[in-house]
Amino acid sequence: MIRNQANVRNFSIIAHIDHGKSTLADRILEKTQALSQREMKEQFLDGMELERERGITIKLNAVRLSYTDKHNDDYLFHLIDTPGHVDFTYEVSRSLAACEGAILIVDAAQGIEAQTLANVYLALDNDLELIPVINKIDLPNADTDRVARELEDVIGIDRDDVILASAKDDIGVDETLERIVSDIPSPAGSSENPLQALIFDSLYDPYRGAIAYICVREGSVKLGDKIRLMANGKEFEINEIGVFAPNPEKRDELTVGDVGYLTASIKNVGDTRVGDTITHAKNPAENPLPGYKQLNPMVFCGLFPVNSGQYNDLREALERLELNDSSLQYEAESSQALGFGFRCGFLGLLHMEIIQERLEREFNISLITTAPSVIYEVEKTDDETIEVENPSAMPDAQLIKDVREPFVKATIMVPNDYVGSVMEIAQKKRGEFITMEYLDEVRVNITYYIPLSEIVFDFFNQLKSRTKGYASFDYDISGYRSSNLVKMDILLNGETIDALSFIVHRDFAYERGKHIVDKLKDLIPRQQFEVPVQAAIGNKVIARSTIKAMKKNVLSKCYGGDISRKRKLLEKQKEGKKRMKMVGSVEVPQEAFMAILEMDDD
Amino acid sequence: MKAQSVYIHIPFCQQICHYCDFTKFFYDEQSADEYIEALKHEVNTAIDGEKNSVETIFIGGGTPTALTFQQLKSLMQLIDTKFDIAGTVEFSIEANPGDFDGEKAKLLNSYGVNRVSLGVQVFDNAMLEQLGRIHEVKDVYHTVELLKKNHFYNISLDLIYALPNQTLDHFRQTLNEAVAFDLPHYSAYALQIEPKTIFYQRYKKGTLHRPPEEEEVSMYELLKDTMRKNGLNHYEISNFAKHGFESRHNLTYWNNQHYYGFGAGAHGYLSGVRMGNIRPLPQYVQQAKETGKPVLHTEEISKREMIEEEMFLGLRKMEGINKEQFKAKYGFPYDDLYGDVINALTQKGWIEDSGKQLRLTDEGMLFGNEVFAQFLLEEHDLNLVR
Repeated sequence: MIRNQANVRNFSIIAHIDHGKSTLADRILEKTQALSQREMKEQFLDGMELERERGITIKLNAVRLSYTDKHNDDYLFHLIDTPGHVDFTYEVSRSLAACEGAILIVDAAQGIEAQTLANVYLALDNDLELIPVINKIDLPNADTDRVARELEDVIGIDRDDVILASAKDDIGVDETLERIVSDIPSPAGSSENPLQALIFDSLYDPYRGAIAYICVREGSVKLGDKIRLMANGKEFEINEIGVFAPNPEKRDELTVGDVGYLTASIKNVGDTRVGDTITHAKNPAENPLPGYKQLNPMVFCGLFPVNSGQYNDLREALERLELNDSSLQYEAESSQALGFGFRCGFLGLLHMEIIQERLEREFNISLITTAPSVIYEVEKTDDETIEVENPSAMPDAQLIKDVREPFVKATIMVPNDYVGSVMEIAQKKRGEFITMEYLDEVRVNITYYIPLSEIVFDFFNQLKSRTKGYASFDYDISGYRSSNLVKMDILLNGETIDALSFIVHRDFAYERGKHIVDKLKDLIPRQQFEVPVQAAIGNKVIARSTIKAMKKNVLSKCYGGDISRKRKLLEKQKEGKKRMKMVGSVEVPQEAFMAILEMDDD
Repeated sequence: MKAQSVYIHIPFCQQICHYCDFTKFFYDEQSADEYIEALKHEVNTAIDGEKNSVETIFIGGGTPTALTFQQLKSLMQLIDTKFDIAGTVEFSIEANPGDFDGEKAKLLNSYGVNRVSLGVQVFDNAMLEQLGRIHEVKDVYHTVELLKKNHFYNISLDLIYALPNQTLDHFRQTLNEAVAFDLPHYSAYALQIEPKTIFYQRYKKGTLHRPPEEEEVSMYELLKDTMRKNGLNHYEISNFAKHGFESRHNLTYWNNQHYYGFGAGAHGYLSGVRMGNIRPLPQYVQQAKETGKPVLHTEEISKREMIEEEMFLGLRKMEGINKEQFKAKYGFPYDDLYGDVINALTQKGWIEDSGKQLRLTDEGMLFGNEVFAQFLLEEHDLNLVR
């Protein structure tokens, strides 16, 4: 095929979680013969095990596809996948920046959700042409008319432009492909201009170093070229360049409109930051492409190995993960209770959970995770302002003049039956109401300012359970505000356990303290002595419970001659102990450290 | 290697007790006939040729006495053809109060059965009903009388305590009634809620209320106290006997010795291999008839595991583990392997080392599992055992 810039189409698929993005992507891959049937795994784009399990896309992918349209003209498609979660908004915006168009998928039963809107705004920010698709029209509870009306009312999409599809049953997929050709413009730019290649993702390969996923917006780039990363000015020589078809294929050159990858013996993925622009060292572009920013973690927690002998393993694992994830931050931390570990920063809660799971699963490290925290700005009486991301580092109350905490603007979409529940949760979460608007007769969009610390504190679970899963939710950081916050300490057997300290609004302190001491009483098994559990602000104990002493633990039964069974019981008991941490004189199970986070309504 | 002990499992019951998780089925005559046939295949395959001489034989269940006279007779004949009963020191059978009669007693006696382990459980009709037992308290009196009349003197009265809704006073009454029989052997097990039992279902639903841990401990203390006052020696965590009447058969397990296990779901330990038989009746019967080896799984016990078992089984006995015997068996003193563990547990007051014997303290008996688990070895202390 002779490559012709006018016949290139770069696009993404944007959707709320579970609205069928991966299924449509698979159909497109099939129809463009990118994959033989044999190679087809269900949902090719979701490669990582964790992604497949959670049904979400964490890492971006880009595939090169060839398509022959109904006029028998050949086109080159680049499908750039986007992660589907609020923690990764910035990554989504950068992969959209590599495209000229986006397929917008909306579930025929669910309609527009919070993430749909968030993604649409991102697409519009990047001037993308939208191809609206209502998917899953075959579902018994599909309400295509209502959803089409929503698209019209909320986003301003003409009903006549909407494709009705069921990707699963191959309905509407051909039409979508044709519309990619007809609606989405080919990439602008000229191969004669100085090189500007956008990095929309990067990952680390132990043999090749950082691999940058790029879209060439201006100029062209060849194997052996000396390139410069415009954010930090570092220069490297390209030793491999190629495209994904969908497996990596080496090429000599990428030119304007191409999407592919390059490697240049870059040792640190932090040098190939998403959103940065690659140019030539000689004849560089005057300016980088717009939109680059360095991402800062929003949520922090302590990670400690259950077995202190695994500290070095944990460090090495974090080093490995960091190679691939420039938004992961960590620094050594030592806790009186938990010994040596790391304070880690994440983009959001999902990011945090993913890292924890990968550490446990891929690196086999049994972890104790402390409850997540945000960054507080603390103005002290000596007028010094410090940032506190670890509750145990909060200065004494008498040294504090003011504490400020990050707020988010939260967008919650929900059927109107649940408006009351949502508002109740938002109030309990110290939310400040902004607006409420009806998307149609039944669906409501509610916005609130809510402290980020309340969002990380079991907000999403509560929202889901109180709205029977109907609510969808998205948020943006909106800035810092003063709050009446205090540090709460938890004492076990009279000793303050630094890893259990947390920051709480004074008005909610009593309730939360009570809840936590009760919960810890249930989570911490009986010890050989009685253990008081206390919650305290400063020196004042505000709640207390008691773990009674264990009185006995013996199998009186003999199980006939079944000694193996007896052995298994003992092994299980011993194994259980290994997952506990000796804190002072008390054996504490892993879950206890997360107890602070969960606030079920029982 | 020949084993010194034989266990034979009879998995039939007239009624299924609500706490029981042993292999058992409702009795029906035809199944039981087939089962005895299957047992013959299994025993004949294991013991070919001459009669084996063994020290102990134990027929357990289920309810062995649920078998008819004829079936019991077939079973006895089988045992008699393969084992030298005359040379057997202890030949026990489990029985339930009420399902014994003079005919069966005479039959067993004539074949050399010399010990009966009687499932009395509790002296309270309401609680017996709650347990799903069919006998009543008065049956215990009849049965003991019947046994004595038929020259069974070595009787064990088996109790369960910490039953749902049982109080310390309830248990005291049961104990007093039990020791009044002045029998040579008693066992008393705290109720355990095992999966796949009716009690487990109730427990999960929250409709079954066990006495609090503190109460259970008091019951255990009362048990030990009552037994001691009545001249019964506490020789294993849950077992008490007059001198010379300790269960030789059960000591086989605790001394980590070998034994045959015959019957559905039975466990054996032969030549360093632990094995468990198939549990479901039809599969057991079929396999026994076809191959004579109705075994579900076998596991070769490594030296390391053997030592661990020596410790956690041996410590169940009140006399504990004999230092010299351990050394003679394994070639080194247990301190070489367990020095740190023994120190730590001694500090806690859970075990004591007299220099000759290592044993649980009174306090340690309550925390037996905590102690036993410590004797499972970690990878890093294995150099000695390899």
